Order: sequence, then C-alpha cells, then structure tokens
Amino acid sequence: MEDIIFIDGNEAVGWGALAAGCDAFYGYPVTPQNNIGEWFAREFPKRGKVFAQTSSEVASINWLLGGATVGGRVITSTSGPGWPLMQETISHIVNCEVPCVIVLVQRGGPGQGTTRHGQMDYASATLGGGNGGYKNIVLAPYSAQEVHDLVQIAFHLADKYRNPVVVLSDGIIGTTMEPVELRSLEFEELPEKDWALRGRGKQKGKKRNLLSCGQGLMPTPRNPSYLALLNTLNDKFNKMEREEVLSESHNLDDAELVVVSYGYSARVSIEAMWLARAEDLKVGMIRPITVWPFPYDVIRSEYKKGKKFLVVEDSLGQMLVDVRMACDYETEIGLISCLDRHEEREGGVIFPEKVLQKIKMMLA
Amino acid sequence: MNQKKELVAGTPSLKVKLPLPLSFCQGCHHGSAVRVIWESLEELGIEDNTIFIGGVTCGSINAFITDVDALAPVAHGRAPDTASGMRRLVDEDTIIITYQGDGDAIAIGTESLVQAAGRSERITVFMVNNANYGTTGGQMAPTTIVGQKTTTTPLGRGKNQEGFPLSAAEIVAGIKGTAYSARGSLTSPANYTKTKKYVKKALQKQIDKVGFSFVEILSACPPNWGMPPTECLKWIDTELAKEFPLGEFKDVDSPG
Repeated sequence: MEDIIFIDGNEAVGWGALAAGCDAFYGYPVTPQNNIGEWFAREFPKRGKVFAQTSSEVASINWLLGGATVGGRVITSTSGPGWPLMQETISHIVNCEVPCVIVLVQRGGPGQGTTRHGQMDYASATLGGGNGGYKNIVLAPYSAQEVHDLVQIAFHLADKYRNPVVVLSDGIIGTTMEPVELRSLEFEELPEKDWALRGRGKQKGKKRNLLSCGQGLMPTPRNPSYLALLNTLNDKFNKMEREEVLSESHNLDDAELVVVSYGYSARVSIEAMWLARAEDLKVGMIRPITVWPFPYDVIRSEYKKGKKFLVVEDSLGQMLVDVRMACDYETEIGLISCLDRHEEREGGVIFPEKVLQKIKMMLA
Repeated sequence: MNQKKELVAGTPSLKVKLPLPLSFCQGCHHGSAVRVIWESLEELGIEDNTIFIGGVTCGSINAFITDVDALAPVAHGRAPDTASGMRRLVDEDTIIITYQGDGDAIAIGTESLVQAAGRSERITVFMVNNANYGTTGGQMAPTTIVGQKTTTTPLGRGKNQEGFPLSAAEIVAGIKGTAYSARGSLTSPANYTKTKKYVKKALQKQIDKVGFSFVEILSACPPNWGMPPTECLKWIDTELAKEFPLGEFKDVDSPG
C-alpha cells in the first residue's frame, strides 16, 4: 500500500507535483495559498529540485514561461488578485505553445476582496482573462486527494497539448486537512520535448530551436503563417473539448432534480443530496471535474429527460451560465450562491441545509 | 572560452534569412547592435550554448534572425523574468541573453530588470535606448530627454510635467547584485569598437559566473526623430550622450 498522510489541500499540490516529476515551483505569496509555496521551499531543494520566490505574480508567470521553454515541468500557484496579474502571460504561453501548470486557490470578492474562501474566479479561469481568445483545460478538485491526483493529470495534459493547464481549487479545499494517499498515476507516454531550448549545440543536427510568444508575427517552423497558427490552436482547443471532459454523476437514474456543483460547494451539495434522498426526494447530482471543457453533454442529456436543475456555487452565479447553455435556456434552473451563506462575514459558507431547503422548494 | 577569430567584414555567420523580406528603417541601429552581439558570441565561442530572448521592441526581430536557440517576443518588459525562470533549469554553461528596448526594459519592465539585477541573476541584458517608443510610432519613453519632442510630448518633454529621464545603466550599476554595467553607442567606428568591448565583457561576466550584466546601447530612430540618419548620429553624440554618458559604470569580479 502507498503512504497515506494527513495534509491539507494546499500541501497536496506539492505532493502531487512531486509525483508528477515536477522540476520547479516559481511563485509569490498570496493568501489563502501561502503554504503551497512554503511546502515547495521546504521540500523541493532537498530533493534536488527548484524553488524560487519571485517578486510578483507577474514575475512568477514569466519565470514559468522561461522554465517551460527550456523543457522543465514547472508549476506556480496563486489566489485572488494574483490571478488577474498572470492572465497576460498565460495568453503568451498559449501562443508560445509550451506546457505549465497554474494552481488557482480561489478566494472571495472582486479587487483585494477577502483572504478567505470563495468560488469567484470560475468565469475568468474558464473563459480566459488574457487577450486574444485562448483555452486552458481547467480541473476543479473537491478534496485534498483529488488535488493531489489532478495536479498529476494537469502536468500530463499540459505536456500532451503544449498548453497551460489550470487547477481551480479554493480556500476551503486548500486549508482543509484530510488523509491523502500518495500514489503515482500512470499515463500514456508523451513525445520527447524536441522543441525545448537548450542551446543549439545540444539540438539534433545542431540546428537551432525557435519558440515565439508572438507566433503569427513572424514565421516559425511550427506555424509558418498566422492562419496556420490559428488552425493549430483551433484544432488543439477542439481536441481538448472533445476528449478531455471529466465529470462525476450520482443518482441520476430516477432523479427529478439534478444539482450541479464543483469544488468545495460540491461537497456541500453531495451532503444535501443524501439529506434529500433520506426524505425520499429524487435528487441526483453532476459534479464537473473539468470546468473547461464543461460537461455540456452530460447535463444536456438529463435536461432532455425533463429534469430540473439546481446550481450550487459560492459566487453570484458564474457556472450557472454554462448550465443554462447546456439546457438550451429552456428548463427551470435554481441557484444557491454566495448570497446564501450561513453568516454575513467572510467566514460564512453555504450549508447543506440551505441547499436542501432550495431542493424542497423546487420539487414542491 | 576566448577565441581567435575576429570578423572584420562580410555577413556574420549567425545571421539567418527568413522567408519574408525584413528591413529596419534606414539608419536604424538595431542591425548594428545585433551585429555587435553576433560578433561577440562568435568570438567568445558561445553560440552553441546561447539562448536569445527578444523583448518587445522592433529589434525583437533580431531573435528570429539570430542562429542560436531563441524565444521572442516575450511579454512586455518581462524578459529578465523569463530568463531567470530558464536559468534555474538549464546547464551551467548555458548563456542567456535578452535584447530589449528602453520602453520594454526601464518602463513596464523596471521591476523585472531591477529584481534580476538584485538577485545577481546570471543573465545579460542588452537594452537599446533610442529615447522614444520606436515600435509604436514615437511616443515618449522613460528615456526621452527633457525638451525632446515626441508624439505624446508635442511641446517637448517638460521636467515639471513628465519629469526626468531614467538612466538605466546607472540605476543597474547602483544595485549590489550587478557585476557589470556599461553604456555604448554606435555613432562611429571608435564607439562601435568600444561598445563591442562592453558587450564582450558583459558576456564574459556571465561565462565566468560572476553575476548580472547589462549593456545599454544608444541608438538612432530616424523616422520617429524626424531626422535623416546622419543628423541622428550627430544628435546622439551631442544631445543624447550628454544625458546618457558613455562608459562603464560597474565592473566587479564579485558583486555586493
């Protein structure tokens, strides 16, 4: 049996990265994900790997670009106001077509907001806040174990597509301690990174490699023209959308109402679903694990059976937009949002009872 | 790694042809500045180990036409960060250089530049200073001198309105982590030779693992300055070099 250790969802990022053969963490402190950087500072150098604290989130993401272009498996993490600072360069990394992993531990509110939990960056994570219109796979764990596992999947998908992958955690997942099994996931083999920069003397045939964050501006060997670049990116995004959708379903067979929820609020919702079942209410649940690509088909097929939906998310309603689209704007969709938290202060959360109450209202 | 060959005429072997016509404006110095770098890389025998990062400047084209491993253009101002992220993961003998404009390096990129110098990051930054934002059509840069007319200072840069220009080579020289900082120009064979000496010295600091090195190169921008190339040379010598004096500002064997 593998080791089982008691850690929080932030430290699980580190153990997952280690299992994935990550080479370097470059990051900047911002609450509530500071112990991710601290974990790497403590654990990475003694294993011959690299940790560096950068001067800002803008710096972190540009260090990540550098580490990725020389072929490293590189990761950073951030939260709240650090996330928008990274968006510009995430767009550059997509254009450059190099892989990296970014962990976003969501916190509350716009601006500096709060330093506590929230789920308010769903839209900017799934739609991409940088310029030019790009796509990143966004994985949304709901437990420390899943953080550990999804970080490994994120590295694999990043390398597979030569594209950034985002792990969308939140302050509750990040700071809740749970037993985590340290296991190394197995993946299909990936091609060698023959595009990486090493100095031309180390390249095949001593021919130089050229990478560009401005593909389309000048011809590159991979994309000799702007249209070629747009085709390359479009094909890639379409392939991700077709092949990388992950979700989990519960009790859909006889369900009259389906709860859709991700991350910490999915745990609340699962509890609410079982409370409802105990009262003979026919409730099922769909938990998107990839929030981009979103499991539209799974939700659409339930909506076509005439079911109602309830979205539970700790924001003013961001995933709600995706669920509405999946349901062709037709069916009844309820929302339990951050306005339904149990107390007014930033520590407030959505309790299962609140979700149950809404379920009862919708099924009455 | 010091080597014998010195190229005195002809096309440098590190120049790559792209499948489309490329031309800098007549009298622009990006071509000469990169030539100085090409010659230095070859003479030091480090072209097989070099990674060239192009920042945001017209001269970022130089990364595409330099026959070494290259990345360009990176995010505006952030080339020293990108270089730092590489530094931790590449072999010891890898040489990492950035080629940036003044708007890139000492406006939006000031944090990146200053912090890299502070960490004594083993990279070399080349900053081409043409006292305006050449790429975007001649707006005011942090290096625009007082009184200089640009499209966003049509009456000339006023010290009470826009303040004073920033002297990158001196700023960088004032940072403990810097091993080498110099400023050259390309207005005469003598200045060309001096600048090449600075470039080679800066690269040598990296080869010798001393620390962060920086060379600023004063450079003409004829269309945006609204002067013929020969006038530009005179203006660099008489006006620009008064604000930004040529020479070495720091040269140490051990930073701190």
